[in-house]
Amino acid sequence: MAPILEIRSLSHVYSTGTPFEHEALKDVSFSVERGEFIGMIGHTGSGKSTLIQHLNGLLKPTSGSVLFHGEDIWRDVKFTRSIRFKVGLVFQYPEYQLFEETVYRDIAFGPKNMGLTEREIDERVHRAAGFVGIEEENLQKSPFDLSGGQKRRVAIAGVIAMEPEVLILDEPTAGLDPAGRESILQNIRDYQASQHAAVVMVSHSMEEIASNVDRLIVLADGTVAMTGKPSEVFSRAQELIEIGLDVPEITRVFLRLRELGVPVDSSVFTVEQAKDAILRLKRGGAPRA
Amino acid sequence: MEKQAIIADKLVYAYPGQDEQDSQVVFEGLDLAIAQGSFVAILGHNGCGKSTLAKHFNAILLPQGGSVTVYGMDTRDENLLLEIRRSVGMVFQNPDNQIVSNVVEEDVAFAPENLGVPSDEIRRRVDEALRLVGMYDYREHAPHLLSGGQKQRIAIAGVIAMRPRCIVLDEPTAMLDPQGRREVLATVTKLNREAGITVVLITHHMSEAALAQRVIAMSDGRIVADGTPKEVFTQVELLRSVGLTVPETTQLIYELDREGCGLPLDALSVEECAQALRRYLAEV
Repeated sequence: MAPILEIRSLSHVYSTGTPFEHEALKDVSFSVERGEFIGMIGHTGSGKSTLIQHLNGLLKPTSGSVLFHGEDIWRDVKFTRSIRFKVGLVFQYPEYQLFEETVYRDIAFGPKNMGLTEREIDERVHRAAGFVGIEEENLQKSPFDLSGGQKRRVAIAGVIAMEPEVLILDEPTAGLDPAGRESILQNIRDYQASQHAAVVMVSHSMEEIASNVDRLIVLADGTVAMTGKPSEVFSRAQELIEIGLDVPEITRVFLRLRELGVPVDSSVFTVEQAKDAILRLKRGGAPRA
Repeated sequence: MEKQAIIADKLVYAYPGQDEQDSQVVFEGLDLAIAQGSFVAILGHNGCGKSTLAKHFNAILLPQGGSVTVYGMDTRDENLLLEIRRSVGMVFQNPDNQIVSNVVEEDVAFAPENLGVPSDEIRRRVDEALRLVGMYDYREHAPHLLSGGQKQRIAIAGVIAMRPRCIVLDEPTAMLDPQGRREVLATVTKLNREAGITVVLITHHMSEAALAQRVIAMSDGRIVADGTPKEVFTQVELLRSVGLTVPETTQLIYELDREGCGLPLDALSVEECAQALRRYLAEV
């Protein structure tokens, strides 16, 4: 089966022909499969934001192509426009983009633009609000009367209401407390599971990436520096640090243990895995350190 | 007795609403003292009052009951406002909102210029501040072309150039990548250790809080835990009950101890945690 999205040798140059000409992306290729949770990491200026704006046709590649179910998203204007509903993009700090008088109308904005009937719109608003835990009684409130975390949920619901096949989020948990972060991640996982949708999440938190994603895409200076499962990527700690990134704290503990001569698996990247690894080692007989 | 930089005494504050019932109470008699020269991290869920508290530290907000004293100055005394603002500098989350100039060194000079500092003294302070944050080589660059971590260090230099005795940072790394976060934290630690500046770091990142000498955990306008990082982070259940968490090192040891491993819960740093695990695995 063809992937939902396929990015082929994509390059993007800003301000071509001016002294500010800058090649933000160079020959980037990857694909997004149905039901997959992809994490995207990279230093500031590595091209993450430029790249995700290509995935739903907000930016046009300077060269290369973006295929949706095998078809070039720039094939014709109508098709490009339809992609914006099928590939939903949640920007960084999306709560600053709320504008409607009520939460309900803000969430309904996307579905309305899709030309759905009143009834379908109503169903979608309620379903989307349910995914992000916005209670019924809040739907008629002004979004500006809600707390920061609640506003962010409304903004995410506005994209989820279009029921995109691919949901892209740029640092959805930035600035939230640990409980708020976990709850938004749970909402995203729920949406992914129920719609069998693909998720692409940009994050600066290695711990968050480690415990949520199936596959990682690491960007550095506009190119894909690494790609693979978290265990594969996080075992390359030194390279990650050199390109301005990091590994989860627990991975650093295990790398140190190996340096100390303890035969642990250094591809551990969550607390759960670490606990199992230590218990297995202990029960399987102590190494003579 | 230790000299205090900031003292909140029975602080009462509520955000005014549209009418009396609508007002939102944040503090109902908060007591807190921050020692001169210390490095304090403040943790708490969104809406717990961390930022409201920080805004009391340099008289952006004023107490409605009780008092806040900054280096012996009552923040309600209008005559002292300038001196209070000069003593306690603030750095916020978004570096882009804090930069006003097109050239790095002009940006850093902005505050001392406004304070009427003589120009040769400004030159000295700007150079000194830029060296302290490791951005001296960028003094003639344009701030908008710098990375997030570099911009945030420029914002810190702008505050340092006022020669404050205390610097309050409200989630300064929330928008930064791992490299930017490392740069800012190294700078903050250096300001405290080498320049003796009192640092108050508000953060959602437990591993950042672990760098401080003292950690204060807040919930709903009250202090629920206060002590060294080891003392605070070993209270795993308490922190979880108020929507917080602990560093992954403590989490791992806590989970292992629930399996009966008997490891020291205060092995907080990566090194301590790795050493504790090594010793445990070597036991027969």
